[in-house]
Amino acid sequence: MTALPPATSLSHAETDAANAPPVLALDGIGKSFPGVRALDGVALELYPGEVTALVGENGAGKSTIVKILTGIYQPDGGTIRLDGQEVRFPSAADAARAGVTAIHQETVLFDELTVAENIFLGHAPRGPLGLIDWRKMRQEAGAILTRIGASLDPGAKLSDLGIASKHLVAIARALSIDARVVIMDEPTAALSHKEIHELYALVDRLKAEGKAILFISHKFDEIFRIADRWTVFRDGRHVGSGRMRDVTEAQLVQMMVGRAVDQIFPERTPAPGPRVMQVEGLSHPTEFDDVTFDLHEGEILGFYGLVGAGRSELMQCLFGISRPSAGACRIGEVDLAARGAAGAIGQAIGQGIVYVPEDRGKQGAIKGLPIFQNVTLPSLGRTSRSGFLRLAEEFALARTYCERLDLRAASLDQDIANLSGGNQQKVVIAKWLATKPRVIILDEPTKGIDIGSKAAVHAFMAELAAEGLAVIMVSSEIPEIMGMSDRAIVMREGRIAARLDRAEMSPEVLVRAAAGIAADAKAAPLATEEPA
Amino acid sequence: MSRHLKSREALLLLAIVVMTGAIALRFPAFIAPLNLIGTFTDTSPLIILALGEMVVILCRCIDLSVAANLALAGMIAAMLDVAGVPLPLIILAAVAAGALVGAINGVLVWKLDIPPIVVTLGTMTIARGMIFVLSGGKWINDQALSGAFKGFPRAVVLGLPVLAWIAIAVVLVFVVLIRATPLGRAFFAVGGNPNAAVYTGIDVGRTQFWAFTLSGALAGLAGYLWISRYAVAYVDIANGFELDVVAACVIGGISIAGGAGSVAGAFLGALFLGITKNALPVIGVSPFWQMAISGAAILAAVAINARESRRPGRIILKSVEQTALEART
Repeated sequence: MTALPPATSLSHAETDAANAPPVLALDGIGKSFPGVRALDGVALELYPGEVTALVGENGAGKSTIVKILTGIYQPDGGTIRLDGQEVRFPSAADAARAGVTAIHQETVLFDELTVAENIFLGHAPRGPLGLIDWRKMRQEAGAILTRIGASLDPGAKLSDLGIASKHLVAIARALSIDARVVIMDEPTAALSHKEIHELYALVDRLKAEGKAILFISHKFDEIFRIADRWTVFRDGRHVGSGRMRDVTEAQLVQMMVGRAVDQIFPERTPAPGPRVMQVEGLSHPTEFDDVTFDLHEGEILGFYGLVGAGRSELMQCLFGISRPSAGACRIGEVDLAARGAAGAIGQAIGQGIVYVPEDRGKQGAIKGLPIFQNVTLPSLGRTSRSGFLRLAEEFALARTYCERLDLRAASLDQDIANLSGGNQQKVVIAKWLATKPRVIILDEPTKGIDIGSKAAVHAFMAELAAEGLAVIMVSSEIPEIMGMSDRAIVMREGRIAARLDRAEMSPEVLVRAAAGIAADAKAAPLATEEPA
Repeated sequence: MSRHLKSREALLLLAIVVMTGAIALRFPAFIAPLNLIGTFTDTSPLIILALGEMVVILCRCIDLSVAANLALAGMIAAMLDVAGVPLPLIILAAVAAGALVGAINGVLVWKLDIPPIVVTLGTMTIARGMIFVLSGGKWINDQALSGAFKGFPRAVVLGLPVLAWIAIAVVLVFVVLIRATPLGRAFFAVGGNPNAAVYTGIDVGRTQFWAFTLSGALAGLAGYLWISRYAVAYVDIANGFELDVVAACVIGGISIAGGAGSVAGAFLGALFLGITKNALPVIGVSPFWQMAISGAAILAAVAINARESRRPGRIILKSVEQTALEART
């Protein structure tokens, strides 16, 4: 059974690499943020001329490790060795100087500068007076672009290029600083089929040049296509590493999801009532396509998927922030999809749909307004009379809901900015409950909050459902989806990939559906549409 | 709105009282009732304009066209008077003309998404040009204007000129607008956190549109008052006055970043600037020093505001990454 793997022939680079020591070796790396242990003693090794795939769920710590490698974060502990020498990257510039470079999902380049300027920004060739030698810069940029097989004009402005070309520029930049380690963070997420294949060719070329490549991707087909080694993270821990030829898809999924984290979710006996909302074939020009589902009173419907699967965009469309290109969203007798752009959100609120966004700092609390005015902002129609506000009414309304959420504040007249994060979040939720909604959409309701607050949010969601509210919960955390939802919808690339009842949910099924791994019987896409 | 802002307004009031008292020590005539009334009346157009500017700034915008708008509306009012139009119609026309310019500002910001500073810089220049087109560059002098036109703002009612009463009325209307109407609340929401305002169902662009229209209407009103008080209309009336208006707001604690401020602040800011301008000539300070002192007052006010907003505990709910980035610095 020592047959050569058919995908990659034993090239010159690989035979060398088989015995070569790692270029970069991380060991025991830990990183904590307030309330979150993002990385807990992880290890990672990158070898010259090889692609190492880093695999893990959302929140497994992949982005954190990339930021540590590129000098943006400092680890709390552990060692980074470059060619066996222990090193530290106090800043991004230090990491770049050491030859570690990253190509991000959304390229971090400068739109208003030319290709050549982007490639050489910060290390442009200098002339005798210390001034930038433009001719040399353009020549060298051209040479590097030719080397990676990119037919780009070094003088072209970056804003005129497509995403794929920008990736090429980022890679050229990596080569210009003589990078030895190239990190690719979901580089194919925004590329077309053809562009992806060009990228694969480029990765092969970088391998041939002896670069060590860290490749982060959720797509198993591409991992098996280009990676030589794998490393799996789960919940900030290192689960395992090895060679691609020794592992199967099923084994990788198993390691990614592990067993569900021991987390206590509220006991509830779901009793779905009549249908409140019916979404039919809802489509958006770019973000999602042909989404159909029903929502009932008293149920919690979970939406799972990878980041970028179109879940938040779908919710924002239901709420009226963006317009659908086709389809219907019926609540009662009203089709919200047919409304005009102006006042769409007001109509959604009027029909009893509210949306608690993921980024509560940016999209929720309005600093400068006192707590009670934050709460009543969407309910002013109810608390005012003939166009004039009645502060006493507002205060009473705010007090009712703030007490219900157990808000800790000296006074409701206090500026919301003076509250802690958890309490601000309560104010934002109180704001929406005060509108007496029928449907509440919670986008990543527990993201970035500590375990204790999480339990409180979960208990509260259960309470809302018990009172007959229809709850939609968007979550990227498998335990949360499994622990809270009565039904779950998995989205992938803007489409519904699976519908699961509580009994059908398992980490494997959810991950497979979200990542688009060849479906087995358990996770048949579009399994059963419930009777309307 | 909140406690620390109120205390800042108290501080400004104290500054005004101390300043007036200090001047009165050397020049007792400065606090003679007639002189105080005169100072307040002189400051009235600034107060009116500052309130309009305030709602614009609350929405994270700025209106640089107020002074030119004032001059245009004033010229229209003067020409209508020369043509024999009755006074109530003239005032209405001036307010409408001002509101129209303001609405144009608002539409450009709302529908075309052009930065307010660019929009109002443009309309400012256009308005000045329009005055020239309308008047042919000629002045309309004292003799050409009717007695009723010139007399109305100067008529004394209950010891105060009508001009001062109008300023007081505008202040009261704005207190109600800001404290007791959904639009007033929306100004703060839009400036405080435009993203959150959208999620709350507030139309940010429409709110900004109303702010500009209000500012324009008040500029139109102030245009009539200005021309009638000084009894002359020409192209360069109130040239550069928009900077005084913005300065009054800034001194009054209206945050240039939007979402924070109060009617009392804008009122006191205008009053502070008005008293300074009236007092400095009395105590024999040259006009050039007056400008420097006004400028220093603006910088001091901004510095105080900046310190206020950096108080610990203001930035909450930061992302994990922000925390990490800050921990490193």
